Amino acid sequence: MSEKIEKHTISIVVDNEAGVLARVIGLFSGRGYNIESLTVAETDRERNISRITIVTSGTPMVIEQIKAQLGRLVPVHRVGDLTVEGPHVERELALVKVAGTGEARVESLRIADIFRARVVDSTERSFIFELTGSTSKLDAFINLMRPLGLVEVSRTGVVAISRGPEPM
Amino acid sequence: MSRDRTEDKPHDEQRHSGAEIIIRALADQGVEVVFGYPGGAVLPIYDALFQQNNIRHVLVRQEGGAVHAAEGYARSTGRPGVVLVTSGPGATNAVTGLADALMDSIPIVCLTGQVATHMIGNDAFQECDTSGITRPCTKHNYLVKDPERLAVTLHEAFYVATNGRPGPVVIDLPKDIQVAEAPYVAPENVEHRTYRPRVRGDYAAIQEAVSLMAHARKPVFYTGGGVINSGPEASQLLRELVRKSGFPITSTLMGLGAYPASDRQFLGMLGMHGTYEANMAMHDCDVMICVGARFDDRVTGRLDAFSPGSKKIHIDIDPSSINKNVAVDVPIVGDVAHVLREMIEAYDASPVKPSAEDLAPWWADIARWRSRNCLAFEQKGDVIKPQYALKRLQELTRERGDVYFTTEVGQHQMWAAQFLEFEEPNHWMTSGGLGTMGYGLPAAMGVQVAHPDALVIDVAGEASTMMNIQEMSTLLQYRLPVKVFILNNRYMGMVRQWQELLHGGRYSESYMDSLPDFVKLAEAFGAVGLRAEKLGDLDDVIREMIETPKAVIADIAIDMKENVYPMVPSGAAHNEMIFGPEDKGESTATVTDEGMALV
Ligand SMILES: Cc1cc2nc3c(=O)[nH]c(=O)nc-3n(C[C@H](O)[C@H](O)[C@H](O)COP(=O)(O)OP(=O)(O)OC[C@H]3O[C@@H](n4cnc5c(N)ncnc54)[C@H](O)[C@@H]3O)c2cc1C
Ligand SMILES: Cc1ncc(C[n+]2csc(CCOP(=O)(O)OP(=O)(O)O)c2C)c(N)n1
Ligand SMILES: [Mg+2]
Repeated sequence: MSEKIEKHTISIVVDNEAGVLARVIGLFSGRGYNIESLTVAETDRERNISRITIVTSGTPMVIEQIKAQLGRLVPVHRVGDLTVEGPHVERELALVKVAGTGEARVESLRIADIFRARVVDSTERSFIFELTGSTSKLDAFINLMRPLGLVEVSRTGVVAISRGPEPM
Repeated sequence: MSRDRTEDKPHDEQRHSGAEIIIRALADQGVEVVFGYPGGAVLPIYDALFQQNNIRHVLVRQEGGAVHAAEGYARSTGRPGVVLVTSGPGATNAVTGLADALMDSIPIVCLTGQVATHMIGNDAFQECDTSGITRPCTKHNYLVKDPERLAVTLHEAFYVATNGRPGPVVIDLPKDIQVAEAPYVAPENVEHRTYRPRVRGDYAAIQEAVSLMAHARKPVFYTGGGVINSGPEASQLLRELVRKSGFPITSTLMGLGAYPASDRQFLGMLGMHGTYEANMAMHDCDVMICVGARFDDRVTGRLDAFSPGSKKIHIDIDPSSINKNVAVDVPIVGDVAHVLREMIEAYDASPVKPSAEDLAPWWADIARWRSRNCLAFEQKGDVIKPQYALKRLQELTRERGDVYFTTEVGQHQMWAAQFLEFEEPNHWMTSGGLGTMGYGLPAAMGVQVAHPDALVIDVAGEASTMMNIQEMSTLLQYRLPVKVFILNNRYMGMVRQWQELLHGGRYSESYMDSLPDFVKLAEAFGAVGLRAEKLGDLDDVIREMIETPKAVIADIAIDMKENVYPMVPSGAAHNEMIFGPEDKGESTATVTDEGMALV
């Protein structure tokens, strides 16, 4: 079966209980599924709900398996495949540390401006830029920073939500 | 069963120790027996057990035995099996059984002791990360850190273990939680927040399935463990639909007994060691109705050659079983009994149905495959053939209605599946998915605990028997008259068979040297030991075994070189099989390089 590999963004609404993230990650590693990015945080304190966003890839059959396997984890309320369930917004945040002086330093600021990155820390020899956007935008920005003294990067991974008034 | 016990126990504000809450919750869940082994981290629970009379405790000899015993108990009763073990080594010894129960969808609730909450993570004495270790080999697990949540967690665990696709659930219980005081909450007041498996099938899908069946000319039912899981009613409904439709039916290893083996519509087991007729029918069918089976690799053979021309209907309660290995045309997510009931209604209402004439050519094909007599063997000479031993065992026990068989893992297990005839569900317990040697003896123990007057026989290999032989001692303590029927070939026969077929007959480490004298071993445990060395001994040994009101090990010396046939070698298709020496036709399979890499 040489079906083509697709990338999907999957949103999982879970009870925020001990071990729930380990269950999800263990499922992916145990069954050999890919995780391209994973984010998690509590989204409803009162109802004790967290939301996990996973970007994964696989053949359509594997993607269906992933969703079915996630769905049968006991603390999972709902599994949504944003990639197929209609238009959605995906965002990622990066903190990018760049060190340099002179022309390189000025150039990094100029590019940051074009990308609408914010400076959140600065010393005489360095900046930390904060940038949100699509994964590809972040990739592009980081690539441009490379020759200008890129020191390190911290990224959140993708969070996503469906467009329009309805919840997932 | 024991529902009435809960009636007078509403939600009360009184406080009880954790251990008392645990015992009370078990009683309210209808638990009659717990299989366990004590240790420091569960002493408060053992103390509470000591002070009550509702729940029996069966003291096993190794925690692995406790879980298999609970599996046997569960599979033979349809009720969850309950296990109680200590922290650390107690919990890790239970892991194999948990993995086994997960693979075979057996409802188990396993209570493990844990070090006190404030010590967790400090490498305390007999601490291990039980929830971490058991997470991938349980359906769900809990670590109770708040005494107020204890009762609720216990009730939830039973709900999760038994609803939807059944499976093992672990509750890790720190020692301080066992002594802390909290109010009790009765099961009626507990509802699960998230877990709601779907039991009713989508009616449109059911109709679509029925319309495929209505136009089928070469249909086959392929049924599995899910029918057993669904309960006795599911087996009744399956029989009704199969008879109504006149279609042939085959079963997986796990589903044997759901449909009577003696019925002429039954083709026997399918798969790697299934019958020629079952595998050919699967390969050539035009409509396949899969009921509670999961397209396991032992069953499908090479996937790209699996039943190439059929439309496939799949009834399964677990959406993840659907389209996992094989893409199906009509998936129906739901419980077997629920779906079959509606399917029968829809089939009755269908204006068209295949008539007997419509199906006659198909039955003629099947008759031709059957006539190959693929399970043929020849009992000549004095050396006992395992097939013959099982045939005699079957014949000499047939009169008794209440016979339960368990098995270990290996050739004997396959011969048991091929030569014993199962007429009723829940009478056949075997480790199918994990294939755990050492399962059969403790599982038989669990069956016997649930059915004290029944005849319970563990069809065993000598190597597997050694894996949990210590449970003989438990059998004696509780006067459990389990019969261990060893088909002794002095080899890890299944390993030897693969080495013969795939590794040039180099029998690397598969000979069982220095075996114990099983008769003396039985006697050392206080059981009865019997031996059949030659054909003439066989019937007497079987009779004596059956009549002995005590645990027995019957050591049957069988042909050391016998292999299990027919066989679809790994990587081959259903219509490619290797046959035994008695077969007149050609074997149609060879072992391929790709097959060598498969299990
Ligand atoms: C040495 C060895 C050789 C073997 N050879 C063979 C062989 O030749 N042939 C063979 O068949 N097996 C063989 N097996 C067993 C094999 O490995 C699998 O365990 C077995 O085929 C699986 O059976 P099953 O498909 O019925 O699934 P099970 O493991 O019994 O799973 C049950 C399925 O039903 C579903 N289900 C559960 N409850 C319900 C419900 N209430 N309603 C609807 N669906 C439900 C589950 O979700 C699951 O998909 C062998 C095992 C060993 C150890
Ligand atoms: C715990 C465990 N270890 C190893 C295996 C691999 N294995 C499968 S069958 C088998 C041999 C079983 O020998 P025996 O019990 O004598 O049965 P026979 O095949 O001879 O009937 C082995 C080692 C297994 N299934 N389980
Ligand atoms: Mg053997």
